[in-house]
Amino acid sequence: MSNTRRPLNALKIGTVALVALALLPHVPGLGSDFGRSLLSQMGIAVVFALSYNVLFGQTGLLSFGHAVFFGLGGYVAIHVMRAINHGLPLPMPLVPLAGAAGGLLCGLLLGAAMTRRAGTIFALISLGVGELVYAAMFMLPGYFGGEEGITASRTKGFALFGLDLGSQLAVYYLIAAWVLIAAGLMQAFARTPVGRMCFAVRDNAERAEFVGYDTHGVRCIAFAVGALFAGLAGGLHAINYEIVSADAVSAQRSGTVLLMAYIGGAGHFAGPILGAVTLTWLQTSLSGYTSAWLLYLGLFFVLTIRFAPGGLAGLILMHGPIFHTRSFRRVLASYGIALVPTLVMACGAVLLIEMSYRLSTQPELGSRMRLLGIAVDAASVWPWLAAVLMLAGGFLGFRGTWPRVASAWERASEEAGAHRAVEAS
Amino acid sequence: MNIALSLHDLHKSFGATPIIRGVSLDVREGERHAIIGPNGAGKSTLFNLISGRTAPTSGTMALHGARIDGLPPYQINRRGLARSFQVTNLFPRLTVFENIRCSLLWSLGYRYNFWRRTDALADATERTEATLERIQMTAHRDTPAGVLTYAEQRALEIGITIAGDANVILLDEPTAGMSRSETDSAVALIRSVTQDRTLLIVEHDMGVVFDLADRISVLVYGKLIATDTPAAIRANEEVQAAYLGAAHA
Ligand SMILES: Nc1ncnc2c1ncn2[C@@H]1O[C@H](COP(=O)(O)OP(=O)(O)OP(=O)(O)O)[C@@H](O)[C@H]1O
Ligand SMILES: [Mg+2]
Repeated sequence: MSNTRRPLNALKIGTVALVALALLPHVPGLGSDFGRSLLSQMGIAVVFALSYNVLFGQTGLLSFGHAVFFGLGGYVAIHVMRAINHGLPLPMPLVPLAGAAGGLLCGLLLGAAMTRRAGTIFALISLGVGELVYAAMFMLPGYFGGEEGITASRTKGFALFGLDLGSQLAVYYLIAAWVLIAAGLMQAFARTPVGRMCFAVRDNAERAEFVGYDTHGVRCIAFAVGALFAGLAGGLHAINYEIVSADAVSAQRSGTVLLMAYIGGAGHFAGPILGAVTLTWLQTSLSGYTSAWLLYLGLFFVLTIRFAPGGLAGLILMHGPIFHTRSFRRVLASYGIALVPTLVMACGAVLLIEMSYRLSTQPELGSRMRLLGIAVDAASVWPWLAAVLMLAGGFLGFRGTWPRVASAWERASEEAGAHRAVEAS
Repeated sequence: MNIALSLHDLHKSFGATPIIRGVSLDVREGERHAIIGPNGAGKSTLFNLISGRTAPTSGTMALHGARIDGLPPYQINRRGLARSFQVTNLFPRLTVFENIRCSLLWSLGYRYNFWRRTDALADATERTEATLERIQMTAHRDTPAGVLTYAEQRALEIGITIAGDANVILLDEPTAGMSRSETDSAVALIRSVTQDRTLLIVEHDMGVVFDLADRISVLVYGKLIATDTPAAIRANEEVQAAYLGAAHA
């Protein structure tokens, strides 16, 4: 039964995704060059985060150095672009394949040694390799271009069918096409025999050895596949920015992709997609408003670990069983009520963070600032008092409204249980 | 008579402590062979040596005549030996169906295949469903293994072990912690799934042992003190003194 249902679902999801990706850059608000550039960045992040999850969610390998393959793939791609600029008869839209090949090659070479051990040892080795590659790049400035990086043009050279990548819209569509292909392939990989064994090795590597599998081999293949798609994402990055520099390989990029997969939910295929989209949006929008955005990102991460270990995908999926119950509306209503004190609490926190940040890191800008549309003076005591009151009051209010959420949930899950019992009989 | 598994003068020490102290044993093809002995005698350690979980300090082992000592577990498994564990050892987040299917992919030859859809492999699906039917877990096929009851997990433990086409099966206390009726159905299951295979089983329940085994070996403090038919073992005075007597006292 499940055998015939799955491919049909995949086809449906694929079609919906295709239409959505085609329409997105024309949605009001995203129709500008800025919007399309944001969408392009999201697409790159989606491929990168999905590639990370082949290691993390699927195989249980916690890597702190995944950007190595993003970056090295990106460098291969940018050099191929330069060659195209100088007359290599290769269509520009295929450049991500060069990135993928670079990622795969590096993944096989480094991965064979790195995946000998799993767990903490692997995590530490990945951290070390990340630092090592980053440092080594500065020793080969000819190929990697040092701090400035390597530049190339995506418009100069051989054009297939007169297609050119002059506009951000064209670049977006190219990236969207590769996102679909890459996501489809990674999803398909998860369903192959070795893809299934990745999950088994994640769950219990020892047992996998006793049913015939060399877990080093399985991890190595997963690592190479993850590196391949990270390299592809790096290739998309090269096309989008027309420059690849050392920061493509940096530990910060490795950290960000981990956050994307985790916050989105590593336990579900769509999790990293959610995480990549959310974090990219937060990064670009928040960084425009506040210099403390990294702090908010960290806070977001900590809250996810603490309260939603399944990530955003886990939060959403949690509602699947109670979606059809009569109490589901009560659950939503209770969320609405609990949201009010939560927002008050969040405003208090934002106020505190922003004022502290201003005073400690940007004293030259003075103590007067506008926050959430209100003029405040961080030198006076009143905004501080207000912030603390909002934080404390919001917290108390939240504690007061939470039982409502809990009881609504309880009723809904009871109903869902009864519903299932009726269905089964 | 052909020898399925041959152990010769096996020794294993942890640090300075000798645990297995010179075990030699020939397990015949197609027989059901039980290993009994008091707690801490080294029965599980012996299984760990045979299955490659730990390497022997000295001695040799051969599976169907080919040396297996020093090989990793997956190599030994590929040569036709599968084992279960005394402490349940499953893939907890995978469904029961996936647990079984992952356990037979290698022996069906799919190995590291990364270009075929597992759901489309008719033989894998068929074998998985047949195994589920055998261990009576069909109703739980979509349940994650980690949330099964203890008895169900023990049944799945056996299922994982027999799913592939290993012809030598090692079961380490498969009925431990089961009720009488659960034990009875587990024994019936073991009997049926080891038809035409070689079985080496560690078991504390003497009812099960004397019911199931063609031959019995008695392990005491890392040494085999007797290997014989159930009737002869029951009559053996040394065994009485060392083990059966103590257990029944
Ligand atoms: N990895 C190890 N390191 C050190 N000592 C060990 C190790 N494994 C087992 N032992 C010791 O070896 C002895 C035999 O253990 P083993 O588990 O093989 O006994 P057993 O016959 O299976 O007992 P039981 O009937 O309780 O399962 C015990 O004293 C145990 O503490
Ligand atoms: Mg034992």
